[in-house]
Amino acid sequence: MRLIPYPPGVIVGGEVIFKGQDLLQISEEEMRHIRGNNIAMIFQEPTTSLNPVITVKVQLSESLALHRGLDKETAGQEAVKLLKLVGIPDAERRVEDYPYQFSGGMQQRIMIAMALSCNPELLIADEPTTSVDVTVQAQLLELINNLRTQFGTAVIIITHNLGLVARYVDRVNVMYAGRMVETGSTEVIYGQPKHPYTLGLMTSVPRLDLGRKRKLSVIEGLPPNLARLPTGCAFHPRCYLAIDRCSKERPELEEVGENHYSACFRSQDVKK
Amino acid sequence: MAGNNHLIDVENLVMYFPVTAGVLRRKVADVKAVDDVSFFIKKGETLGLVGESGCGKTTTGRCILQLYKATAGKVLFEGKDLCTLHGENLRRARRNMQLIFQDPYASLNPRMTAGDIVGEPMVVHGLVKSGEYKEQVAQLLRMVELEPRMAVRYPHEFSGGQRQRLGIARALSVRPSFIVCDEPVSALDVSIQAQVISLLMRLREELHLTYLFIAHDLSVVRHISDRVVVMYLGKLMEIADSDELYANPVHPYTQALLSAVPIPDPEVDRQRKRILLTGDVPSPVNPPSGCHFHPRCQRTGDECREQEPELKLVGNEHWVACHRV
Repeated sequence: MRLIPYPPGVIVGGEVIFKGQDLLQISEEEMRHIRGNNIAMIFQEPTTSLNPVITVKVQLSESLALHRGLDKETAGQEAVKLLKLVGIPDAERRVEDYPYQFSGGMQQRIMIAMALSCNPELLIADEPTTSVDVTVQAQLLELINNLRTQFGTAVIIITHNLGLVARYVDRVNVMYAGRMVETGSTEVIYGQPKHPYTLGLMTSVPRLDLGRKRKLSVIEGLPPNLARLPTGCAFHPRCYLAIDRCSKERPELEEVGENHYSACFRSQDVKK
Repeated sequence: MAGNNHLIDVENLVMYFPVTAGVLRRKVADVKAVDDVSFFIKKGETLGLVGESGCGKTTTGRCILQLYKATAGKVLFEGKDLCTLHGENLRRARRNMQLIFQDPYASLNPRMTAGDIVGEPMVVHGLVKSGEYKEQVAQLLRMVELEPRMAVRYPHEFSGGQRQRLGIARALSVRPSFIVCDEPVSALDVSIQAQVISLLMRLREELHLTYLFIAHDLSVVRHISDRVVVMYLGKLMEIADSDELYANPVHPYTQALLSAVPIPDPEVDRQRKRILLTGDVPSPVNPPSGCHFHPRCQRTGDECREQEPELKLVGNEHWVACHRV
């Protein structure tokens, strides 16, 4: 999305290809056209992402006017339609309300409505449900999932919730200290993880379906300081499989199965 | 209630917070945070208290510790009513009951060293003399798997998980028998959560502690609790043994709550039945009539709108407040 402020953030290399076009090469103006129109984002905290002093109608109309060139009246009608789409009851009246008059779950629905207002092809949801209760979390994710199938939108969910990933996601990338350590389909990542960090995550979370006598395995130590990363594999100081080589050489992603890659010298020794 | 093994008995606990308006600050309504709640905690057990935000679980914990003066009802600690205690007697009673907070950043004084944070409660309760607690602090830090040399550091030099350990050491410093853990791991990273949960479980065994474990994460509660209480909008919905509750939830709210939590295993999770609740939790200022859950319940009937359900026994120590069971 090119939303990291510069300075201090600098993209020092690489490519971000969206439909054949490198987003890092285009001008800010072209990028602004893509944001909202083609790629939209939902943020973690709806309370701080919505403008508190203007009504929902005005906020929703803004992007409609900007990206779809609608006049004020049609934009207003479209805003009501969007609120209905995301399941806000009494939309005609509530569209005139300010964000604080909505609950957290409803605010996140407004954020989803805003993100979908221009039919994006890609939706990036950054921890979309961490600030809401479990029953509302289920509602929101069902909503995103339904809209995904209805409009054919691709979705990236950024989350630390392993349960949510298991329920809603097709493919998973596992990241540690700024690098991808494993990637594969949800089934293989959960069924046969091939990176010790992935396995550690899986076995360290309490599970609803397993009894209380199960012992949680613990990943020792802390996530590293990104300014002073360990040499070699960044995970090696916390890894139970670490060998000499791990502290000297950095492992690259290697194929360990069909469409399944792991960045670990000892991926074959990772056993569930 | 004498002669049983209850450490805490909560009887008909009610906690209202007044809502005031106008220049005269006249009372216009009450936030019914906790509305006629009764349960007990046995010696040495961990009782889980779950529910969504605003259901009154934190308020219940704070009423037990007498941090809020309850509007009505009793809290018995080893048979003695805490609500009638004042001043010196209350302070003495508090030594036995400690609290671990949710936010390890806000709950530690940034201007005190770790050693003073852990040592101060011992001075307050007259267990040691001021400045003479170095030995005890070192021992407490070791107990929570921190190094004694860290006692000279300030809170900002610790990570989130380490701060939570400090909070635990502070709670343990006065040798309490009962600890209220209010969302102790919800502010921590996944990999750190497991460390703190394991620590809490080990300490319970070693020090024969009793916990009231308040959390919204049902998986964590299941892992650590012997019995679980489910609350909704200030009311108890269901109480049961932890394994029983998760295997055989009876209340429609408990069922929906459990089904909303995904299991981190796609093969298991995709076979589960899902119940999706509609709407949000209503305001506790003006809760629905009858059963507080009825507007969101799929099995609502006339009686649910009109009459408040009582807790009924449906199995071995399994209680449910629902007309429809």
